[in-house]
Amino acid sequence: MTRYTSATERDREQMLAAIGAGSVGALFEDIPAGVRLDRPLDLPAGMPEAAVYERMAALAARNASAEDEITFLGAGMYDHYVPAIVDSIIQRSEFLTPYTPYQPEISQGTLQSMFEFQTAMSELTGLPVASAGLYEMPSSVASAGYLAKGATGRDRFLVSRALHPHAREALATYAAGFGAEVEEIPLADGATDLAALESALDERVAAVFLQQPNFFGTVEDLAALAPAAKRTGALLIVAVDAPTLGVLRPPGEFGTDVVLGEGQPLGNRLDFGGPSFGFFTAREEHIRRMPGRIAGETTDVDGRRGFVLTLQTREQHIRREKATSNICTSQQLNALAGVIYLSWLGRRGFVELGELMAQRTAYARERLAALDGVSLLHEQPVVREFALRLDAPVGAVLRRCAEQGVNAGYALGRDYPEFADGLLVAITERRSRGHIDRLADVLGAAVAAERTAAGVPA
Amino acid sequence: MQTEPVVTIFERSVEGRRAAQLPELDVPARPLDELIPGAMLRAEAPRLPEVSEPEIVRHYNRISRRNFDLDTGFYPLGSCTMKHNPKLNERVAALPGHARLHPLTPPERVQGALEVMWLLQRALAEICGLPHVSLQPSAGAHGELAGLLLTRAYHADRGESRHKVLTPDTAHGTNPATVTMAGYEVVKVASDARGGIDVDDLRAKADDDVACLMLTNPNTLGLFDERIEEIAEIVHGTGATLYYDGANLNAVMGISRPGDMGFDIVHVNLHKSFSQPHGGGGPGAGPIAVSDRIEPFLPRPQVVRREGSNGGAPLFDLDHDRPRSIGRMRGFQGNFGVFVRSLAYILSLGGDGLREASETAVLNANYLLARMREGRAGKYLPVAFDRTCKHEFVLSGSRAKKELGVKTLDIAKRLLDHGYHPPTVYFPLLVDEALMVEPTETEARETLDAFAAAIEEILAEAEQDPEVARNAPYTTPVRRLDEVGATKRPVVRQPL
Repeated sequence: MTRYTSATERDREQMLAAIGAGSVGALFEDIPAGVRLDRPLDLPAGMPEAAVYERMAALAARNASAEDEITFLGAGMYDHYVPAIVDSIIQRSEFLTPYTPYQPEISQGTLQSMFEFQTAMSELTGLPVASAGLYEMPSSVASAGYLAKGATGRDRFLVSRALHPHAREALATYAAGFGAEVEEIPLADGATDLAALESALDERVAAVFLQQPNFFGTVEDLAALAPAAKRTGALLIVAVDAPTLGVLRPPGEFGTDVVLGEGQPLGNRLDFGGPSFGFFTAREEHIRRMPGRIAGETTDVDGRRGFVLTLQTREQHIRREKATSNICTSQQLNALAGVIYLSWLGRRGFVELGELMAQRTAYARERLAALDGVSLLHEQPVVREFALRLDAPVGAVLRRCAEQGVNAGYALGRDYPEFADGLLVAITERRSRGHIDRLADVLGAAVAAERTAAGVPA
Repeated sequence: MQTEPVVTIFERSVEGRRAAQLPELDVPARPLDELIPGAMLRAEAPRLPEVSEPEIVRHYNRISRRNFDLDTGFYPLGSCTMKHNPKLNERVAALPGHARLHPLTPPERVQGALEVMWLLQRALAEICGLPHVSLQPSAGAHGELAGLLLTRAYHADRGESRHKVLTPDTAHGTNPATVTMAGYEVVKVASDARGGIDVDDLRAKADDDVACLMLTNPNTLGLFDERIEEIAEIVHGTGATLYYDGANLNAVMGISRPGDMGFDIVHVNLHKSFSQPHGGGGPGAGPIAVSDRIEPFLPRPQVVRREGSNGGAPLFDLDHDRPRSIGRMRGFQGNFGVFVRSLAYILSLGGDGLREASETAVLNANYLLARMREGRAGKYLPVAFDRTCKHEFVLSGSRAKKELGVKTLDIAKRLLDHGYHPPTVYFPLLVDEALMVEPTETEARETLDAFAAAIEEILAEAEQDPEVARNAPYTTPVRRLDEVGATKRPVVRQPL
């Protein structure tokens, strides 16, 4: 008997008698001999709880996490502080252990938190309708592509090269299935090239995809890009880094059709990349094509206020092959963490967070760019992330910094061969001036050491 | 459960309150419009709630009590495998070495995380009987989409273009929805009198324009398709792939493996068979296991184990260099936190324990089915296909509807008053007034007996007065809700 089952030998005998079967094996007799496994699974024997804990703890100890080093890694996921109330609330069994709220009478807690989540996301992005959570940002971009193809009947996507590489790739993966071409709009000095966008547009373009701030941290000039992108009737889809919306004008105010983004920075752990959530907000006209669950407010037979899953005729369990998406998760627990976090920050805290990051980022950018062998990759405005060029091999510099307990950022070379010398540095409220000064010291020394090793005169 | 009037967190907002205290500005302050052009600055703060920490805690704790949950009561929701979620798994997932690990940390400094993924890949490969695994898909439906994109890439690589995907009429809704998203056309295959695939219908429809057959085995009726070998032969004979929807894997772990049944691609729901909590609707994960011929097309990056040089320790790495890959399905490496929990579960049970879990799941289902054959349940809720079931079974409420005047929906709603989560209702579609019951292995016999007694009581009550069930529930935080009105006039956010 495993520790997670309750059937004793005596239970088994009595249950088999009630069934009228001679043995448990008899319950599997309809499985043809040719497809039955005639040996035990080749897996280690089960372990007591304490032994499993020790094994998993030993594995965890072999990772260099943000607990162990001062990290400036970002590129889509960020080391923000997750307040204790998030852990406390999302670990409540009432939120942790139910399934999707298909029985609304006994799922009001989940449905209400979904409705609150949708309200919060709509406030951040400046668009009127929001769905409950999707998987994460890159696949949300791909889902937006599917929406755009359905809404416009067109099959060409223009994608800024400054959209997160994972999002560009996920969009291309999905588009190979549902049928659309993906074409990149190049960069000009760290921003999406407006002239290139204008010349690539035609009547076949279903959607233009931008990111705000973009992958290099640049605040894109949506005031110029948005009207240009919409000139031929394409939808404009913008991925945003949510915490920057405390200072940045919401993309929804620029006529954007869909604003979506990664939920991890909103009260979710790094978790080595997941689970987190994607958020998805849109103009009213797209509501019946939105992917994912949507909670709506209604009343019960006694006139009491309540919430239900609504517009379900978009969804797979009702519409089957005519559904607007196949998704049937809402990353509910992660989205709940998101709305708790936003309530914790509150109206003023959310703005203060954005401002604090902008100030510290400006300080860090200036401080690092002043180092020998370090220069700015672009001089565009930024909020919480910026790109540098190093006059030394980036991988080797990063290893030297790591030895000093500093994770200096993300090497751009794999995703952008044209920036093989590029380093992306991210700031959160957890990175103090002291941390930034330490990064400057360590990075400066590492670059200098690599240059000395390569024979560059000091 | 909590029945007080609803107030949202936004309605609790009082200007001037706050919970977060951010660090002081410790660098020289500069005017914001010097850093960011004025036209790009936000004019008005988003109207997020202004609430203190105690208010937030009380708000969410109170609304949480308006939920029914698995830790509190029986949740026999068919096809969802609502098994116990071990608490140890939450503890190990929260270790900072996992929880605070950035996904872009270089591989040499995330060896523990990559080993977790590699160990889980190897375990799933063994359980599925297929050699290669990608953990990347985020959910079952995401795994399905990956599977069809792999199928497309496989055929394209052979210079073939196929347009149709076969799904049985018992399939989960995600199957046909995925087919359309992957750019294929759905062709339905009928079921036979025993609840399996109608092999003649399959043979008639399996032509060389078919890319794939998507199947669940045991299927959504909880029945093992005894003709699976013949089905696999027909499908492979046309050059199509055979896709296994792993929603029902909990019935056959260590007993029968999809790979041995002839499947090419399998998705596994880690939130079903491998105990990840459902979270009120996610997160889960939908890793895929595939055969050799599909392997070159798996999503990138793949976790690989490279042997150490000169007898040194092996090095785990992320392999991005996969030129024939379909590409990424999502960001980063997948739902790692889910992988940690599922690996802890597999280590806890071991191979024998997994087999025992499946055996007990099937024992529990057949025992509850036996109880459902007795008394009023046997009279009004006959089993749709009268065979030995696997981990779940499907009853038909058509007689209850005709003879008692209570629909399956009414029985489900009355179960809420008895403190149970109802079974899945109105699915699968081919059973009239369906009730799909999946008890799972973690329920004790007394719980199954008590559930059977509740069904008996509800039916006895309906014989006397069907109005009671028709108007149920009565004891829940809210009663039946106006879903039609919610759709006609959607209110999907709070007006502020």
